Amino acid sequence: MRNPLFDVVQQKHQRAEELHFDIGDTVVITLRIVEGNKERLQDFEGTVISRKGGGLDEMFTVRRLIGDQGVERIFPIHSPKIVAIKTKRSGKVRRCKLYYLRDRVGKARKLRERRISAEARRAAAEMRSAKSRAVAAANDASAAAKQEMATTP
Amino acid sequence: MFPAILGRKIGMTQVFDAKGKRTSVTLVEAGPCVVLQVKKADGADGYDALQLGFDDRKPHRSTKPEIGHARQASTGPKYFVREVRLAGPAEHEIGATIGVDAFAEGEVKWVDVVGTSKGKGFQGGMKRYGFGGQPASHGVERKHRSPGSINGHATDLGGGRIKKGKRMAGRTGGKRSTIRCQELVAVDAEHNLLLIRGGIPGPKGGYVMVRKALTKE
Repeated sequence: MRNPLFDVVQQKHQRAEELHFDIGDTVVITLRIVEGNKERLQDFEGTVISRKGGGLDEMFTVRRLIGDQGVERIFPIHSPKIVAIKTKRSGKVRRCKLYYLRDRVGKARKLRERRISAEARRAAAEMRSAKSRAVAAANDASAAAKQEMATTP
Repeated sequence: MFPAILGRKIGMTQVFDAKGKRTSVTLVEAGPCVVLQVKKADGADGYDALQLGFDDRKPHRSTKPEIGHARQASTGPKYFVREVRLAGPAEHEIGATIGVDAFAEGEVKWVDVVGTSKGKGFQGGMKRYGFGGQPASHGVERKHRSPGSINGHATDLGGGRIKKGKRMAGRTGGKRSTIRCQELVAVDAEHNLLLIRGGIPGPKGGYVMVRKALTKE
């Protein structure tokens, strides 16, 4: 089991609002770039092909084509450099790691679109946050129970 | 400022600063430690030191001497007991508690971590001492990982025997190990937590001593 002290550190360093996107989504990531003492925003657009790790160590990979060259960037989910993520398009995918896209050429690179209505998307997001809230509540409850067990002789 | 504390390695993760720079950190649950004994230069011991204890141990798993020793500090027996040498007379009394606030943020920037490295079992010279081994080809047969020559034969110049302390294969790891001058990234007094940049010796759950770095301010 993960030591609860990891959660203490995570709570302090994680981003305030969860990022919502799925594997196969075409996303636009807005990044904060610091050059000298100037700051500007830069977008990176591509397909999410992988999401791995957990807690503060969670990373995701975005792939795009620049010219004819595939480019992948790997981002930490909790990086403060990521200002926002917008999903432009959802792909219809059947696995959680889309590394096979690297070997595809031409039209085969494209993922079929999974059309979801704005309403369904909202519902899904809600369900996700409800689920994470429920998990958090369950964790708190079990931690409290453990505390109680430890304090009552 | 008190220079040292005992704790337990929790594991590694990463944290971000305001600029988004990522730092790998090891979490150490440190203290509260109890002063089990105060040694004095002008007393029977002849030097100044504090003996610290960390992590309660059930009395029925402890020996009577351990229980009796802890009772003098009005506390229970501890799993991890270590002594810290001091430059001058101790500021702490027997039975005093030492927490991570001793490392209050900003005051200590660099720390040394003393622990017991992970045991690796019986290992050859390449893993144990970083020997280069022998070539993969050029006629080398079945000796690719051997340490090579361990001495020449007898001449007027000595030799003819293997010198004491010659580095060879053997039990590796599981020994006291100190890592010096690691950056202390953050202190969480509420949760008795130290965040130390980079790795530290030992497995998760292993006991460590964290002290103010001896060689770096």
